[in-house]
Amino acid sequence: MQWLLVAVIVGSTVLGDILQTIEMKRVGEVDDFRPGHLRSLLGKLASRKYLIVAVFFMAVSFFAFMKLLSVADLSFAVPASAASVVLETILAKLLLKEQVDVKRWAGAGLVACGVALLAL
Amino acid sequence: MRLDAGTRDVKTRVFTLIVIITNVLGDSALKWGMQHEAQGLSLSPLMYLRAIFNPAVFLGVSLLVLWMLTRMTLLSWADLSYVLPVTSIGYVLITLIGRFFFNEAVTPARWIGTLCIIGGMVLVGLTSPRTTPGAHPETSV
Repeated sequence: MQWLLVAVIVGSTVLGDILQTIEMKRVGEVDDFRPGHLRSLLGKLASRKYLIVAVFFMAVSFFAFMKLLSVADLSFAVPASAASVVLETILAKLLLKEQVDVKRWAGAGLVACGVALLAL
Repeated sequence: MRLDAGTRDVKTRVFTLIVIITNVLGDSALKWGMQHEAQGLSLSPLMYLRAIFNPAVFLGVSLLVLWMLTRMTLLSWADLSYVLPVTSIGYVLITLIGRFFFNEAVTPARWIGTLCIIGGMVLVGLTSPRTTPGAHPETSV
């Protein structure tokens, strides 16, 4: 049960983040932060299919995490998110074609180790 | 309007900061509120409906919605492999807030974990926020 929930959390977090990134890059860099413009931006975002799916995955991840907290300790639940940092960095390179240099690999690895240590 | 590198740097830092703050405050408010919900362990829809009327839960959810939107905005120009590590300092802050509220001791392992996360954040922060070509958005925003 615990491991199934971890798999659901990691899988939905990764899918949600990747889809979000793809869609936001398509929308293009947000430059204009005037309230009227932000309102119309919100309208545009609500019509992006991948973004809606991404929000759905984020919700799945959120509720699965709450469920995990009710059956497992925080010290088991938190490292689950650490796994997604490394996995997402790998997918960001493979799918999103981001240039992950040594600094980024080392950084992502350090963050994952750090999160795991925090949970001890 | 195209931004020069300096302006985008400032914009990236400001949004990174907002993402971190809304995440930490949102999570903390949510945890604070859920602690006072007696049936916190059940997962019935009714429990969520009732929980949302708790002011702390409502504040937490609102902050997390803001967190999601500012993070999406940041992702409209910054790499995912940049955003993830630089915003992960939130883990540290949430742990520290937990420690502060519950007056627990911080173990050596947690100090090392904190240093690792800060180190990772600094390393990734040194890289350029965007490494993919930014040219062809479908719609101009």
